[in-house]
Amino acid sequence: MSAPAGSPHPAASTRIPPKLGGAAVSGAAAGPGPAPHQQNGPAQNQMQVPPGYGLHPQNYNVPSGHYSQGPGKTTSLPLDSQSGGYYSGVYTIPTQNVVTPNTANQQSGAQQIYGRGPPAPHIVGSTPGYFQGAASSSSHLHTSASQPYSSFVNHYNSPAMYSANSPAVSQGFPSTCGHYAVSTVSNAAYPSVSYPSLPAGDPYGQQMFTSQNASTIRSVRENSFSGQNTAVSHPSPLPPPPSQQYHQQLSLSGYSPLSWSASGLPSTQDNLIRNHSGSLATANNNPNAVAESSSCPVMQTVQPPESSPVVSTVVSGASSARAPPTANHLVETVASVTQPSELLQQKGMQYGDYVNNQASSAPTPLSSTSDDEEEEEDEEAGVDSSSTTSSASPMPNSYDALEGGSYPDMLSSSASSPAPDPAPESDPAPAPVPAVPQPSKTTKPFGYGYPTLQPGYQNAAAPLSSGVQPSSPVYSGFQPYAQQYPGMNQLSSSFGGLSLQSSAQPESLRPVNLTQERNILPMTPVWAPVPNLNLDLKKLNCSPDSFRCTLTNIPQSQVLLNKAKLPLGLLLHPFRDLTQLPVITSNTIVRCRSCRTYINPFVSFIDQRRWKCNLCYRVNDVPEEFMYNPLTRSYGEPHKRPEVQNSTVEFIASSDYMLRPPQPAVYLFVLDVSHNAVEAGYLTILCQSLSENLDKLPGDSRTRIGFVTFDSTIHFYNLQEGLSQPQMLIVSDIDDVFLPTPDSLLVNLYESKELIKDLLNALPNMFINTRETHSALGPALQAAFKLMSPTGGRVSVFQTQLPSLGAGLLQSREDPNQRSSTKVVQHLGPATDFYKKLALDCSGQQTAVDLFLLSSQYSDLASLACMSKYSAGCIYYYPSFHYTHNPSQAEKLQKDLKRYLTRKIGFEAVMRIRCTKGLSMHTFHGNFFVRSTDLLSLANINPDAGFAVQLSIEESLTDTSLVCFQTALLYTSSKGERRIRVHTLCLPVVSSLADVYAGVDVQAAICLLANMAVDRSISSSLSDARDALVNAVVDSLSAYGSTVLNVQHSALIAPTSLKLFPLYVLALLKQKAFRTGTSTRLDDRVYAMCQIKCQPLVHLMKMIHPNLYRIDRLTDEGAIHVNDRVVPQPPLQKLSAEKLTREGAFLMDCGSAFYIWVGKSCDNNFIEDVLGYPNFASIPQKMAHLPELDTLSSERARSFVTWLRDSRPLSPILHVVKDESPAKTEFFQHLIEDRTEAAFSYYEFLLHIQQQICK
Amino acid sequence: MAFTFAAFCYMLALLLTAALIFFAIWHIIAFDELKTDYKNPIDQCNTLNPTVEKVKKIKRVKIALKLVLPEYLIHAFFCVMFLCAAEWLTLALNMPLLAYHIWRYMSRPVMSGPGLYDPTTIMNADILAYCQKEGWCKLAFYLLAFFYYLYGMIYVLVSS
Repeated sequence: MSAPAGSPHPAASTRIPPKLGGAAVSGAAAGPGPAPHQQNGPAQNQMQVPPGYGLHPQNYNVPSGHYSQGPGKTTSLPLDSQSGGYYSGVYTIPTQNVVTPNTANQQSGAQQIYGRGPPAPHIVGSTPGYFQGAASSSSHLHTSASQPYSSFVNHYNSPAMYSANSPAVSQGFPSTCGHYAVSTVSNAAYPSVSYPSLPAGDPYGQQMFTSQNASTIRSVRENSFSGQNTAVSHPSPLPPPPSQQYHQQLSLSGYSPLSWSASGLPSTQDNLIRNHSGSLATANNNPNAVAESSSCPVMQTVQPPESSPVVSTVVSGASSARAPPTANHLVETVASVTQPSELLQQKGMQYGDYVNNQASSAPTPLSSTSDDEEEEEDEEAGVDSSSTTSSASPMPNSYDALEGGSYPDMLSSSASSPAPDPAPESDPAPAPVPAVPQPSKTTKPFGYGYPTLQPGYQNAAAPLSSGVQPSSPVYSGFQPYAQQYPGMNQLSSSFGGLSLQSSAQPESLRPVNLTQERNILPMTPVWAPVPNLNLDLKKLNCSPDSFRCTLTNIPQSQVLLNKAKLPLGLLLHPFRDLTQLPVITSNTIVRCRSCRTYINPFVSFIDQRRWKCNLCYRVNDVPEEFMYNPLTRSYGEPHKRPEVQNSTVEFIASSDYMLRPPQPAVYLFVLDVSHNAVEAGYLTILCQSLSENLDKLPGDSRTRIGFVTFDSTIHFYNLQEGLSQPQMLIVSDIDDVFLPTPDSLLVNLYESKELIKDLLNALPNMFINTRETHSALGPALQAAFKLMSPTGGRVSVFQTQLPSLGAGLLQSREDPNQRSSTKVVQHLGPATDFYKKLALDCSGQQTAVDLFLLSSQYSDLASLACMSKYSAGCIYYYPSFHYTHNPSQAEKLQKDLKRYLTRKIGFEAVMRIRCTKGLSMHTFHGNFFVRSTDLLSLANINPDAGFAVQLSIEESLTDTSLVCFQTALLYTSSKGERRIRVHTLCLPVVSSLADVYAGVDVQAAICLLANMAVDRSISSSLSDARDALVNAVVDSLSAYGSTVLNVQHSALIAPTSLKLFPLYVLALLKQKAFRTGTSTRLDDRVYAMCQIKCQPLVHLMKMIHPNLYRIDRLTDEGAIHVNDRVVPQPPLQKLSAEKLTREGAFLMDCGSAFYIWVGKSCDNNFIEDVLGYPNFASIPQKMAHLPELDTLSSERARSFVTWLRDSRPLSPILHVVKDESPAKTEFFQHLIEDRTEAAFSYYEFLLHIQQQICK
Repeated sequence: MAFTFAAFCYMLALLLTAALIFFAIWHIIAFDELKTDYKNPIDQCNTLNPTVEKVKKIKRVKIALKLVLPEYLIHAFFCVMFLCAAEWLTLALNMPLLAYHIWRYMSRPVMSGPGLYDPTTIMNADILAYCQKEGWCKLAFYLLAFFYYLYGMIYVLVSS
């Protein structure tokens, strides 16, 4: 890119001269890719880099160079360019776009060519341009391109990337922007995938990351310099030397292909270049592939299909396509890619694709294959056959972009993702961090934003600076500001990143004297460490949101692991809501013939025809179909297929993966209607919630629903279509439950909707005068099992008391006098195996049981929970639930139900986890049934389920430098498609103990320890578990002291990577699940344990160690922008009463609850402006909402709380706690650094550990 | 040379121990299959229809896991026989295993029916490894016991 005319930034360009050259796109091809890349890279790099290396990865994707064109060209050329590289431009593009929206237009005119490097086919991109005008479109493209990269980069990078993209977007094309934004979002979530699409999404992106934006801006500027221009708008471009990274990348890939020819637009070129670089990186991974370069593009395309069309699409052509219409977003960029030219058409196409996809998927269900219980077998079959197909894939259809509605919940996903993203950035550099958070935030917004924003995008984008923008141009004024800011951040971050690279280890190994360090808790959230891999791999690696390992440097042997005394394990969140996810439809799912591993970015291609499995090292043939890249329409570039470019992908599975035709979505509600239940009043809330969300229940036209209620008898409801009103059938023989009619108890939701609504209206009042106090839960569950066993599905059980009749009846086991016992806590295990056996039967029939326990008294959750634990269900517990006496619980139930009913769901799922030869899975934690040593049977999978796996090292790993882990989740979507979601994580192997310590992911380690401690408490005793936790700290710190430091210090020294370890362990010891000495109800304790077992890491960490913020002085400093809100980011405070001042107000985020503590002398302005009361004395004791006041501080506080709330699946309850109120003990018990009657303060705990070590 | 009750006990124990050895082997195979189930499905399934093979294997494993109680009862049975026959040394040698069986059954997971293994925890690598080790140890014990009973039987027959 560089060169050419366009020019992009000369500086950068050096490298790539060739391509640039002329507009000619083609040049790229000729030209050596690498150089070009570099050029681009710089600009991009800066942007991206800061965030962390991650960027690079993105770049890699790009490689194809195609992109490059993208930016400039795309716009202009859209048409032409399409072919040009997909995205090369991408990265740059954004910037460019940003820079010059105008330019963009120009560009468009200019042209395009870049893309080309790779085979022409691509094309892609340009679409947007078409629509809008060149300018805008181009920008879009760019953005999109960038996104892709970012995605690769993943988490880390992504933020940066995003911003870049978005800015571009915004500037360039308003309309498009929207799309981009989206993609950005997705990036956050899933870096890998689809960034490309992002461009479209713009709005988000922009908003989201201010900082990013800034960076983008910078990049833009840079571009402008180099390129000349793009930057137009920003006069002062930074000279952006390409970042080193880029260079590297370039070199690697060698992309040469280059395509950058880009037309003359400099900016474009830059973009391209950058893209190239990205691709290069990728290329590096697979050398061969690299050369081809094309692969990158492909990948992108693929991605688009997936989750969010937007993203992926973005990449290539996508951009163009997207840009135009928002609508595209989803759909598909991908499609567009394929079809280079017609932007407009593309839109259409995209939709079409989308549709097709769906269609295709639907068909899939085959009846057949008998066998397959497990994916593997089936899979095998598939493999064998694989070669047969050839290339259907080329068709746009094949990559479906969308999943049907499943993703709707983007928000939620984003929430989760946020954190992760940052992590990826990982680079320690401080700067990056900030950026990161933003991304995540952004992400969330995306979900929503998408649709709406689009229009605004462009303008908004321009504003870059603030999330605000989406809506409006108005903001544009901000841009300057934003830009500058970001720029700064970027720079610093990028520098940080660089330095980190070289010195990452030292930093994480820097000894910290724990007893001397008073402020051990960082001011900003802790992100996951980034594995010390080369840049290419880093970018490709799986997002830490989905997949984390407690040791990011895997020790070479079990001996070394034992020396380190640290737990080794994985934390998974496999079904997380993703905003973008490449979905691949292909006749052949390429897998290793020996270990059945899915092809992934970490395999090596020995030559064009063979690839070597990275788990078992078998050399496999590349099937003919895989040689063809539908995105680029090129042949012979297997390394550019989306499967090889993304560590998180989803396949549409063929009938080989089915044991029976995919089941429809079936929901059964089993409701307690005894006196106790009616008194609590949950029926009203449930029925209301259900009738509101009836249309949003995930499913297709086959969806079925049914109701069973029970007290001492069991009531069934005949809802058969044609009846004038629901018919209640009562079965009173609870010892031998039977179904009163064989069918019509589970009815088609759409055919019987009126009856269902009638029933929901009638239910709350039907039992209002009941005097029946008994509860025959066991028999009701048996009936539910009988009802569900032919199809499988989800059973939601609402229970309000101890089951007292029939099978499975339970006795009260809790002795209230023992609640604060410091010695033995009994009855943590089940009293009967009835529920476990029932759960196993259900699991065998693909039925999951979700338990909602709403009780005010002891209900033996330890026994009841078994019904969900082993059937892969989930458990919700609302202690002291009453719809009027406890309105906050009622509200929580309502919100939780909304999420529960509408979230995505997967049926008849199995999850297999594979790891490199030499490692083996040891123990699994979560809700599921383990069917084989590496196979979990999940009757249902929901996006809020997390899993943990303990690993052991069976054979020495000395002959390998990398290990990989792959989880494959095979499930039936609510639309009846069989899908496989695959995540692959790659980690380095180290031989020295110091390296092992340097790579500790302390949060993952603490979550794994918590899971292990729960097992220990149940199988042994609570005190054993507590001792084990303390020993974990003592052992690891003493091992570190004696082996790494080699000095016998009297001080307590920990490496930086472990400095929070003692604090978190102390927090665990004070957690409800493990605390002793404080009165804790047995059900509360058991519920906390259940949550530890099945929550994903991000949510679990908040439960273990709440975040405390001071909120009476919120400022916009460091604020992030989400959608169009400004979200302040107050620093984290340590959890100690010393931080609470009477003059302040503090917010504590405990995951499932928020507490706002208001000090006695709190500023009246705050009380008045935020809480809406004139003074401290007038604040009521029970306050659960922040009033909507029209003041700046109120707005800030509310947007902050909303932002925190949006990041989690279950809505937390807000409590306003006055300094004097009795409720403050609730609040104070979370101040884990303070001493309590029964437990150490943090300092005492450290001294205790020190004592233990010295012994 | 007389056929005493003690000799009868030894003969019976000999036969039953042969059965126990068979149980132990089955036990070992069952756990090994559980463990290696996933490792190379292809090789395993090449010969036969994978489903049939799989079902067979699952059945075999289930049967093996159900043999636990019979095994314990058989062992307890000839311990009682030795007690009646006043073969103190033999009884003493068997006491540790008898005590282990009792302990093992007492500490089994909560379950309503007879049985020792909980399907939800059996795949835990620790438990799996423990069970495998247990199988090997028992096999060794039964083999040694087999020869000891043979010797004991002959000794009793000859000496009396």
